[in-house]
Amino acid sequence: MTNEPVIALRGVTAELGARPVLRGIDLTVGRGEVVALLGANGSGKSTAIRAVIGQVPVSGGTVELFGTPRRSFRDWARVGYVPQRTTAAGGVPATVTEIVSAGRLSRTRFGLFRRSDREAVRRALELVGMADRAKDSVDALSGGQHQRVLIARALVAEPELLIMDEPMAGVDLASQEILARTLEQQVEAGATVLLVLHELGPLEPLIDRAVVLRDGCVLHDGPPPRAVGQHALPGHDHVHPHAPAGAEPIRTGLLS
Amino acid sequence: MYFLNYAFMQRALLAAVLVGITAPAIGIYLVQRRQALMGDGIGHVAMTGVGLGFLLSTSPVWMATAVSVLGAVLMELIRWYGRTRGDIALAMLFYGGMAGGVMLINLAPGGSNANLMSYLFGSLSTVSGSDVTAICVLAAFVLLVTLGLRRQLFAVSQDEEFARVTGLPVRTLNLLTAVTAAVTVTVAMRVVGLLLVSALMVVPVAAAQQLSRSFTVTFVIAVAIGVAVTVSGTITSYYQDVPPGATIVLLTIAAFLALTALATPLARRRARAAAAAQPAGDPAECAIPAARGTGEEVGV
Repeated sequence: MTNEPVIALRGVTAELGARPVLRGIDLTVGRGEVVALLGANGSGKSTAIRAVIGQVPVSGGTVELFGTPRRSFRDWARVGYVPQRTTAAGGVPATVTEIVSAGRLSRTRFGLFRRSDREAVRRALELVGMADRAKDSVDALSGGQHQRVLIARALVAEPELLIMDEPMAGVDLASQEILARTLEQQVEAGATVLLVLHELGPLEPLIDRAVVLRDGCVLHDGPPPRAVGQHALPGHDHVHPHAPAGAEPIRTGLLS
Repeated sequence: MYFLNYAFMQRALLAAVLVGITAPAIGIYLVQRRQALMGDGIGHVAMTGVGLGFLLSTSPVWMATAVSVLGAVLMELIRWYGRTRGDIALAMLFYGGMAGGVMLINLAPGGSNANLMSYLFGSLSTVSGSDVTAICVLAAFVLLVTLGLRRQLFAVSQDEEFARVTGLPVRTLNLLTAVTAAVTVTVAMRVVGLLLVSALMVVPVAAAQQLSRSFTVTFVIAVAIGVAVTVSGTITSYYQDVPPGATIVLLTIAAFLALTALATPLARRRARAAAAAQPAGDPAECAIPAARGTGEEVGV
């Protein structure tokens, strides 16, 4: 059963209200693969991964996780989810440890924590370099640090599959590097990763395959578009001078 | 301490302690999920239960428990399915419950609005032995849920979507939270009254937050404040002949103001210490380049 895809979407359609957001998406992610979902705002990439984890009702097609139809999938400890970081926090202060511990519940029985669970929380915080902030309130963290905490919360259950929604959005450079390194360690250890990205950025070397969505359809599924030089830098504004000075004019072969 | 010689004061104090513990214990989860006013809504609905209790000459406490549990489940279902029109539906539920209570109590033989007043604003001296038994049983249920399932309730209240992906039975836990809140309302009804219940669920938590950075510590401080104000309010109302519910709520708000005044310099000192501890090499958050392209050209 090891060849079974970890995630398999076939002909998935979904609507938000009356508006179709996914119009028949096929997407498979094999074991150990790192797949990036790319696309413009509103192209359906967030909806696609929310359909994978069952947060968006699917109106057509099938979703399978580890070879099991999503509806009957119960083995959630194998899935680590990192939602898009929102500014909304709970109405009561919570420490970094308390937040990360919530991710461990899938590995506990009746929510009882043993020593090994506490160890797992500490290890997850060390992975993202937040062990020294364990007792701090999450409200006191920067955006990048907060994101690292959310990733620790996903890793603490030691999942085989990581699903991340824009893990790099609004994250400072230092945290981006730590996140890229953490993800690299997970991939080396055999984790499967599906992540929504706005651009490849510092994660580029890790990504095996890119799936580009547009208007709820798959536009491209294959090797990631390689960014070179200036493109690879964060903050690159994607201005493409299509007729650079001194470049050879394009020869179509008609006149030559 | 001779007030302890009176049986009615013993009952009143026992009820007060239980309310002081249970109201903040469930209230903290309501505050965490930003439903601070849910207790108020359940209180309104519970009035129909009190009215029914009088009309059918059964115990108003148990009848109020049944009706408010039903109301809380309905509120949770409205929240689940209602989406955009949910708040209108909730408003109708609240005011329907209140109007129903007033109407039923007037229909009850020998019922008058005077009876209702003791449920609306609390009346410790009329807490009967059977009321105390009911309050003890219900309080035990509330503590079992709020302490026994604290990790699960914390996870669901903090981030519902993530909780679902960890495989927690989110819908069941939400219903359980609503039911527990409803039970707490009826526990607190005799002490602070239906209209002031919500204050004891919310204000001790808000006061505790001024001092703490963690959920656990907030929980402990909130319960301590809850017990302190209910007990001292009950004793005050014995000596001064003032309404206990109002006394307790005003004391809670005073505690909130005092702790806020106390905590402001503390928070400032903490912020200064954190700024000093920040290593110089750590780039400030404002140094992030605008990392978002317009998106349209990605992957083209």
